[in-house]
Amino acid sequence: MRSNFTVLIALAGFLFFTPLAYAQGENHEEIQHEQAHHEDAHHAEVHDEASGEKDIKGVIKETIEHHLADSYEFHITEGVGFPLPVILVDGGLKVFLSSEFHHGGVAAVDGAHYKVNHGKIYKTDAAGTITYDDHHHPTNDKPLDLSITKNVFMILVMAVFMFFLFRGVAKTYQTSLAPKKAGRFLEPIIIYVRDEIAIPNIGEKHYKKYMSYLLTVFFFIWFLNLVGMTPLGVNVTGNIAITFSLALMTFIITQVSGKKDYWMHIFWMPGVPVLIRPVLAIIELIGLFVKPFSLMIRLYANMLAGHVVIMSILGLIFIFSSWVAAVPFSFLTLFLSVLELLVAALQAYIFTMLTSLYFGAAVEEHEHH
Amino acid sequence: MDKLINDFSVGLFFWQSLVFILLIVLLRKFAWKPILDAVNEREESIEGALKAAEKAREEMKSLQANNEAVLKEAREERERILKEARDMKNKMIAEAKDAAAAEADKTIASAKAAIEAEKTAAIAELKNQAASLSIDVAEKILGQELSAENKQTAMIGKIIEDVKFN
Repeated sequence: MRSNFTVLIALAGFLFFTPLAYAQGENHEEIQHEQAHHEDAHHAEVHDEASGEKDIKGVIKETIEHHLADSYEFHITEGVGFPLPVILVDGGLKVFLSSEFHHGGVAAVDGAHYKVNHGKIYKTDAAGTITYDDHHHPTNDKPLDLSITKNVFMILVMAVFMFFLFRGVAKTYQTSLAPKKAGRFLEPIIIYVRDEIAIPNIGEKHYKKYMSYLLTVFFFIWFLNLVGMTPLGVNVTGNIAITFSLALMTFIITQVSGKKDYWMHIFWMPGVPVLIRPVLAIIELIGLFVKPFSLMIRLYANMLAGHVVIMSILGLIFIFSSWVAAVPFSFLTLFLSVLELLVAALQAYIFTMLTSLYFGAAVEEHEHH
Repeated sequence: MDKLINDFSVGLFFWQSLVFILLIVLLRKFAWKPILDAVNEREESIEGALKAAEKAREEMKSLQANNEAVLKEAREERERILKEARDMKNKMIAEAKDAAAAEADKTIASAKAAIEAEKTAAIAELKNQAASLSIDVAEKILGQELSAENKQTAMIGKIIEDVKFN
């Protein structure tokens, strides 16, 4: 694992610098795939092959949405990919491979029938009928969906990768106190998180117990952001459920570690006139929830926007369908990709920074005035 | 907002939370704790080594000062010994000179005395010889002149008296 790390880095670099050529090909195949795949779905503009340029725009929009959305199979490119397990809680645990959906779009499991509609699994009859209400929302039952989707799969892969990577780094310290192999690269980052993020914001006294969370969150977000840059088409950190989960953890840890001073500053702010204190309490209380909410939205929106921008510019190549457009837009995409590489690290840093700032506020001990 | 809520996947949230908490727990035990401990230990050992080096340097400095003092002392000692030796030499030479002079004086004195004695002896001898020679001469002369014995003796007596008094 550790000895392969250099290879992995090189591979990541390679994967990063290939999306241009690759994504062009992929998009093209994707377009065909989409056309074939959504034949039975309700995508009129995609379905209608005769409507020319408008068609391409629809396909691009479709491709971007497809890229950003979670999926029940790990689809890399046309014909390359594998189905992932679908786990439904619907009167008992129902586990089956997503390839079941390929049989006419309806999966029959233990007498029940399920169908994927706009990325969600609905319970249907054997024919796969989906009924809609006035707002075009399906009225079918939705079973609790705990499937190993593409994003869940990537999370699992990342967790295993991180575990072996950092355990490997930890093991090298048994023989020598100097960092070895991957540790040479990762140790300065770990020390940076400790010395520049945790200690200044939380304080020398309390920072230790938060280090595990801060380091895990930092590397998890950073690595997944980087994976999102590869042409694998995964968008884990640009997913609201992921950022919600991360922000929720920060929120819970902050409130649990909140000391007397912290609650005092929220509900009965010292040093201001008594009449203003209730007003401040309301504002502070709102702030309590706005803080993690901003964490959630910031990461989600940044990663999502990055993906949308890059894919839209790639899409422009197909709209112009000329090499005159392809060359500058390719370079623009390359430029934006490099920018995204920076954003990947920056967002991980900001999330960790703000998290430790909130922890710091929770454990801070004020001198009483 | 509607889209956000619509996009929210309970399954994804469930797995993310589960996997992430597990990851924190595992990494804390197998990675972060050993890594941070090792880093801490190393930082402490570096600090310790730096302090030890500083101490060693201080010690070296004091040792050097000590060396300097010892060296200076040794030099002074050498100077002193050399001076002493020189003095001793001078004194010895002077003493030897004095002794030699005294000895020489003594030898000269004894030599003088001996010479004086020899001289007196020699003069006495010479006198005796001269006397006997004179007697011989006088005998020969007087032999013809003084045939009578009494005349001879008176004559000799008178001569000897003369000789003694000169």
